[in-house]
Amino acid sequence: MTTRRIKGAAVAATMAAAVAACSAPGGGTDGAAGGGSADSVVIGVPSEPDTLSPLLGYGKDGNSKIFDGLLARDADLELEPALAKALPEITDDGRTYTYTLRPDVKFSDGEPLTAEDVVYTYETVLDDKTNNTAKSELDAVKEIRADGDDKVVFTLKYPYAAFPARTVLPIVPEHVAGEQDPNTGVFNTAPIGTGPYLLTGWSKGEKLTFKANPDYWGGAPKVKKLTMAIIADDDVRATRLRSGDLDGATLPPNLAATFKNDDGRKTYQATTYDFRAVTLPTGNKITGDTTIRRALDLAVDRQAMVDKILDGAGRPAYGPLPLDDPWYAKDVERPQDLAEAKKILDRDGWKTGTDGIRAKDGTRAAFTLFYPSGDKVRQDHALAYASDAKKAGIDVKVEGATWEVIEPRMGKDAVLAGFGSTGDPDFGLYTLLHSSLAGDGFNNMPHYDDPAVDEALETGRRAQNPDDRKAAYDDLQRALVKNPGYTFLTHIDHLYVLDDRWGDLTTQVEPHEHGFASGPWWNAEDWQPEK
Amino acid sequence: MGHLVARRALLAVPVLLVVTFGAFALAAASPFDPVKAYAGTAALGADQETLDRLRDNLGVDRPFAVRWWEWLTSALTGDLGHSSVMRQPVAEAIGERLIWSTLLCTVAFAVAVLLGTLLGVLAARRPGSLVDRTVTSLAYSLEAAPVFWIALLAVWLFALHLDVLPAGGLTDTGSEHVTAGQVTSHLILPAGVLAVSQLPWFTLYVRQGVGDALAEDPVRGARARGLAERTVLLGHALRSGLLPVLTLIGSRVPELITGALLVETVFSWPGIAAATVEAATAVDFPLLAALTTLATAAVLAGNLLADLLYGLIDPRVKLEEM
Repeated sequence: MTTRRIKGAAVAATMAAAVAACSAPGGGTDGAAGGGSADSVVIGVPSEPDTLSPLLGYGKDGNSKIFDGLLARDADLELEPALAKALPEITDDGRTYTYTLRPDVKFSDGEPLTAEDVVYTYETVLDDKTNNTAKSELDAVKEIRADGDDKVVFTLKYPYAAFPARTVLPIVPEHVAGEQDPNTGVFNTAPIGTGPYLLTGWSKGEKLTFKANPDYWGGAPKVKKLTMAIIADDDVRATRLRSGDLDGATLPPNLAATFKNDDGRKTYQATTYDFRAVTLPTGNKITGDTTIRRALDLAVDRQAMVDKILDGAGRPAYGPLPLDDPWYAKDVERPQDLAEAKKILDRDGWKTGTDGIRAKDGTRAAFTLFYPSGDKVRQDHALAYASDAKKAGIDVKVEGATWEVIEPRMGKDAVLAGFGSTGDPDFGLYTLLHSSLAGDGFNNMPHYDDPAVDEALETGRRAQNPDDRKAAYDDLQRALVKNPGYTFLTHIDHLYVLDDRWGDLTTQVEPHEHGFASGPWWNAEDWQPEK
Repeated sequence: MGHLVARRALLAVPVLLVVTFGAFALAAASPFDPVKAYAGTAALGADQETLDRLRDNLGVDRPFAVRWWEWLTSALTGDLGHSSVMRQPVAEAIGERLIWSTLLCTVAFAVAVLLGTLLGVLAARRPGSLVDRTVTSLAYSLEAAPVFWIALLAVWLFALHLDVLPAGGLTDTGSEHVTAGQVTSHLILPAGVLAVSQLPWFTLYVRQGVGDALAEDPVRGARARGLAERTVLLGHALRSGLLPVLTLIGSRVPELITGALLVETVFSWPGIAAATVEAATAVDFPLLAALTTLATAAVLAGNLLADLLYGLIDPRVKLEEM
């Protein structure tokens, strides 16, 4: 712990960490300093949304406090009805999805929700002129129409089993948002929705304040006031949590650890789909070589990375899906096996040279690995990876750079990447692995191309029977072990510290992005104050 | 005096034109991609089609000179444009923040000037005395200390250890209303830190100026005439000793702005400094241009103020001749 701090932290960070450590013993006594009433909660998060308009992408994965989607997700990420009365009716071999709206839902301005609002929301998101970054997620939609006041019918271009998971998209009122330019209108900063909370103020860069919607269709929330304070710096966030200014905060592992012995606060550790992996570009002679890929995959010590880099707050990643995901194929789990790595390299003609680095036909087994500078966790992963690779005789040169520098080189050089989507395996895996998306923006960064994987992705996307889908994704994960175009390293846990005035709370399994809509406050509207 | 102001105002026009044009040129040449900045973290998962569509919608590929001209002509009609990164009109984005930055900087600057002058005079009165040595060494240490560090230290001491002042924000985090009392208590730490970071310059300059003036003939003459020490110090020495400080005031304005950035970050102060950095890295032309204009205007006004004060205080300087 101490060595890690000395090794890595910048001057300011070290100082603040030391400060945090100094005051930790007293932490127990001022633990109740937050002391606010249990019906108001103040959370510190590192970043704020760019916009609060779902038309531009806000809340597209659900958990928006101001809006509701047709469906929502429970603690186990299972889909449940929200604005829709029930899960959709699927007809026409998975090409038509019909949703019936819950009656008597009103927007916070008193106007009733109708099927037209739903149609307007989806059509605007799908409009090319709308600056929505996630439009392609609704790529399957061919047409959406209202059938009466309370029915909405989606027609898809192809059968898409994962489609209902996309309909957590928040619904906006056409009578307000429809009057404005979706890109620049005031709706972006002054939203009106059907959700459990109303926005009462947004001081950009400082905080967002919400109050409970007394007329919420799901029942008025017990937590009457919700404040999200925007504090970018980890140390400052920890400090303000300690001073009692915040009730809860998102924290990195080393700072969360300083609250471990605090009686008044609980630490929540959310498991995630958020993986760290090294991309192995097909366009590079070394990283494109299947033997090298497999050797690297065998040579890395994933457990050591979890223990040393993440302080135990994470799990080894044997593929893009985390260990406890229902879609995870259990038989792909494999331990570090340096001897086997060396053996397959020898067998394939990669001979060790005088400098300890292998070579074959005059080509040295060496490549560059970029990580986005400033990201300490990725930097540590990259360095550990290079050190493990060296033991197998592969020379990995680690370099930090900004995305502007890294992006043009993604087809040739390895990158320490981080992604992960919740919802459906299709969401994360298709864009990560399908050969048709090679080098398409940040999709399929290493230009991975494997026919078996492509086929599994197609089957997983189109099959209606869950067992067929499961079999396809099992095949995919096994194919990835044979031809690992990425070296998956870890799934990192997200840590939250929260005053325990609300008893035991839950966390969801979280995607790559986190902070605002996740953490124990993902369902603040359902909290029951204890005192 | 009126002449001077009018002439400077006239001169400010070409300066502002050049500076805003330069801002557009530099932004266009920067490696930052406005589309990625607009999309934020979503860009890291976006496909090429989405990025291309945004590029098209945002119109970021047009030549910067064209965009500058468009911005300029609409700015002259009072429309400052729409900030792509703040997702709101530029005038609104700046309006919401400017007042808090101005408040922070004005208070900090006033404290720094007043306290700096006081400490400087105290130190200059008896060169080499304990007071002088304490003040001087304190000033040198503070000059070397990074603002960020001072700020964290202040948070630790006043908010955490003593628990007498709030650690950040404009008001209590849980409070929805902005009241004068809340703002005052939240202003003390950030303004204090910013003032302390500016303090050494004024202290050292005043000490030097007043010290020199005390050794000059007019002051020695005043003493010889038997005037009270107080009158000599404040009426004679301080008056001429302050002259270099006046020029300093103008030249400290830019640093005040950069210092405010760090302070605003540590204390989550909803000011304009953070917006400036965001505008620059996001290549948000309209916001960046407006902020550059504002900063340039602040520097020009700072210089003008220094010159005016100089003219008013120093009898040897005639404003008409400047």
